[in-house]
Amino acid sequence: MSLLEIHHLTKYYGEERFPDDISFTVDEGEIVCLLGPSGCGKTTLLRIIAGLEIADAGQVLFEGRDIRDVPVHRRNFGLMFQDYALFPHKNVFENVAFGLRTMHLTETEIGAGVSKILELVGLSGFEKRDVNLLSGGEQQRVALARSLAPRPRLLMLDEPLGSLDRTLRERLMNELRTILKGVGVTAIYVTHDQEEAFAIADRVVIMNHGRKVQEGTPQDVYQHPATEFVAQFLGLTNLLPGKVTSVSEDHVTVETKIGKLEVGGWKLEVGGWKLEVGGWRLGVGNWRSGVEATVLIRPEAANPAECPSAGDNIVAGTLMERSFRGGTYRLVIRHASGLHLSFTIPASGVDLPDVGAPVSLPLRSEAISLLTPDPRP
Amino acid sequence: MSERPGERHIIKSAVRLLPLVFLTVFFFYPLLAIFRLSLAPQGHLDPAALSKLVSTTYYARTLWFTTWQAAASTLLTVVLALPGAYVFARYRFPGKNLLQALTTIPFVMPTIVVAAAFNALLGPRGRLNLTLMALLRLQHPPINLQHTIWIILLAHVFYNYTVVLRIVGGFWANLNPRLEEAARVLGADRWRVLWQVTLPLLAPALVAAALLVFIFCFTSFGVILILGGPRFATLEVEIYRQTMNLFNLPLAATLSLAQIALTLLMTSVYTRLQARTGRPLKLHPRQTTQRRPATWRERALVGGNVVFMAALLLTPLLALAERSLWTGSGYALTNYSELFVNRRGSVFFVPPAEAVRNSLIFAILTVGLALVLGIISAYLLADRESRLNRWLDPIFMLPLGTSAVTLGFGYIIALDRPPLNLRTSPLLIPLAHTLVAFPFVVRAVLPVLRGIHPHLRESASVLGASPARVWREVDLPIVGRALLVGAVFAFTISMGEFGATSLIARPQIPTMPVAIYRFLGQPGALNYGQALAMSTLLMLVCAVGFLGIERFRYGGAGEF
Repeated sequence: MSLLEIHHLTKYYGEERFPDDISFTVDEGEIVCLLGPSGCGKTTLLRIIAGLEIADAGQVLFEGRDIRDVPVHRRNFGLMFQDYALFPHKNVFENVAFGLRTMHLTETEIGAGVSKILELVGLSGFEKRDVNLLSGGEQQRVALARSLAPRPRLLMLDEPLGSLDRTLRERLMNELRTILKGVGVTAIYVTHDQEEAFAIADRVVIMNHGRKVQEGTPQDVYQHPATEFVAQFLGLTNLLPGKVTSVSEDHVTVETKIGKLEVGGWKLEVGGWKLEVGGWRLGVGNWRSGVEATVLIRPEAANPAECPSAGDNIVAGTLMERSFRGGTYRLVIRHASGLHLSFTIPASGVDLPDVGAPVSLPLRSEAISLLTPDPRP
Repeated sequence: MSERPGERHIIKSAVRLLPLVFLTVFFFYPLLAIFRLSLAPQGHLDPAALSKLVSTTYYARTLWFTTWQAAASTLLTVVLALPGAYVFARYRFPGKNLLQALTTIPFVMPTIVVAAAFNALLGPRGRLNLTLMALLRLQHPPINLQHTIWIILLAHVFYNYTVVLRIVGGFWANLNPRLEEAARVLGADRWRVLWQVTLPLLAPALVAAALLVFIFCFTSFGVILILGGPRFATLEVEIYRQTMNLFNLPLAATLSLAQIALTLLMTSVYTRLQARTGRPLKLHPRQTTQRRPATWRERALVGGNVVFMAALLLTPLLALAERSLWTGSGYALTNYSELFVNRRGSVFFVPPAEAVRNSLIFAILTVGLALVLGIISAYLLADRESRLNRWLDPIFMLPLGTSAVTLGFGYIIALDRPPLNLRTSPLLIPLAHTLVAFPFVVRAVLPVLRGIHPHLRESASVLGASPARVWREVDLPIVGRALLVGAVFAFTISMGEFGATSLIARPQIPTMPVAIYRFLGQPGALNYGQALAMSTLLMLVCAVGFLGIERFRYGGAGEF
């Protein structure tokens, strides 16, 4: 049994539903990330779990019990807001001690609890400081310490790094996971930033328009985006419509604007278990000839080391952009159909044509996948 | 959002109704009585008073005077206070906080004190005239402003300068100076920036401040009555004269009616604007928008404004204190000790010390009542979900715009007979004061209450605090200082309230302003000296109270 189970949660806003029939579970000690563009219903979902809002349909089960009638302050959850919501009239110590003070502890116990948690977040000695005068990063730590101090059974974080600048965010991202894992708290983390989600989460739930679109480990989701939306949201932009022309034992051939593409890789079957290698997992049997599909070409699919030969899996066009990124080059190629595709290739040992010159690149079939097209509204 | 047990719900609703019940009984009911008296004095509809209002040009001229003096006062105040607002908004200089606190003192001064202060400075026996006479060896006072329009305008500017300074300056301080800089870089000169960027951005605050000043001047009473003399009458003064001197109650009621209609119009425009000033712009913290004056031009601008503020706002008050100590041949406390002596053995003599005591008791009662009603009202208005707010807000502001004399007059005709006979009850005074004071409590508390981010309460709740604990630990400490501000406003208003009190106070229990008016109305240097002494005491009480709260303002919040 999972610690937290969300069953078909729905909330109506007029005609719209945010969230719309969401279900997922969180296991003890797990960090689950709700990832999606802003306005997709992630925050509302958190607020429903915290008890700050009431769902119109669905259930929230905690340790197997429906907690609908448990008032907010008796749930013993933690919630960290994007704006931190630090009490402006209390100093760092009193902010962190707030939750402990509702627990009938002695002053000594409270003092010990606060200094322990402040040490954990690296703010020892900040007890007497005015929270209004702290930097953004420091406020973020105080907010984290405050929500961790009463040892919540479930910690929810709503875009906790959202209002920090990029450098600080990257540093705190890794630190945050270390702290959360060190404490062993079960956590739900809401963000619209995939990098953040991948760095922090054990499991990711991707949402769009109030609905869950995919769930899985960060690697899983990145390797196998389930839909066009997920691919785009994860920054994978080489998407083109196509039609399946043939399906064979180990690959699928798709007809697209830029020519025939072979999608697949090789796979082994060992004792009835499918061992999958490369970028394609969907069973070949899921695709049939004549079916519409969206083709995703990963940026790392281009393989300039191989001598381009005529045939399938070649993208040919004009080089529009060539920018050096340290270890790699980023290329943008314009196909005759007007389509732009971007690729990342290793910077070493490659002779690249000039911008404006024709170019053709072979593509690795295992870095090409097929996605279910998003329903068009 | 969640369902609550029925019983608590009923109690909650009852508490919520309290301000409305209070307003109904002590505001709308007396107003209704005024309506009835003006339109149907004998029980049937009789438009005689109404037609008299229209048929003679006298009342039209009164209305015209009321309007143009208010407009002129407003224009003068805004023009004179704008440079000051700019200086306060954009520059840091030593002594700024103290000066800001001092500039607010005139606003909380009772009208009667302001009148006495201007008398003490510019009157025939005032400091300026005495000095000039001694210097130039003149027989007669060279400055003769008493009973002219100029002293009225001057007193109104004195009174309302701080309203513009606070509202416009406060708003200006939070405007992003980068906007102005961007306009400069785009090639606009200083005037163009002022006309095309700064003033349009300031417009909501500017209009709100001007409207508020206009309302205050439109209903001006003490200043006109005492400084203007018999030649000048606003509607407010005319209502007082018709009631107290001519006993023409139907006509007074009709005049009140006209005034209520006009002020209602203005207050509703004001609350709409006030609600709008809060929203559209991204406001910047003051620390980032202010700097020290750097060039000599900037220093001259800051210095000039500081000197101007001191001259305009502080000299009359200092003159008042100085004159109160003057005995004709030197400085002594004679005027103060005379306050305790009944020279003429009058039966109606009330020892001034008792007036002080009366005023204090009424003020304490007023503070208590105004706080309770103000807090409840502020919570009602802060509830964003409620659709009633659009209506409630101007209604709660209404007493502020309704003239005090009208209010007192309404009490006389409505609350002197069953079902509610309070005519002989001294309670009537704190009740009237509460009506005038509680909108100030609402205005002080509301922005702070609205400013409490819901996340704060939600955080406390998630951290395990019960609703009662959330209120005690989050709401109360944050609103606490605003409450104190509201309390001191209520206190100073009650101490200085003159318009309503002058009508309803019983001769045996006068308040300080009433006693001052009596002293001023009697001939002789001693009476004049006693009036000044009493005024100085009142000024000190209000000033000390106000300077006290300046330290408690919550992050410069508060709408006044």
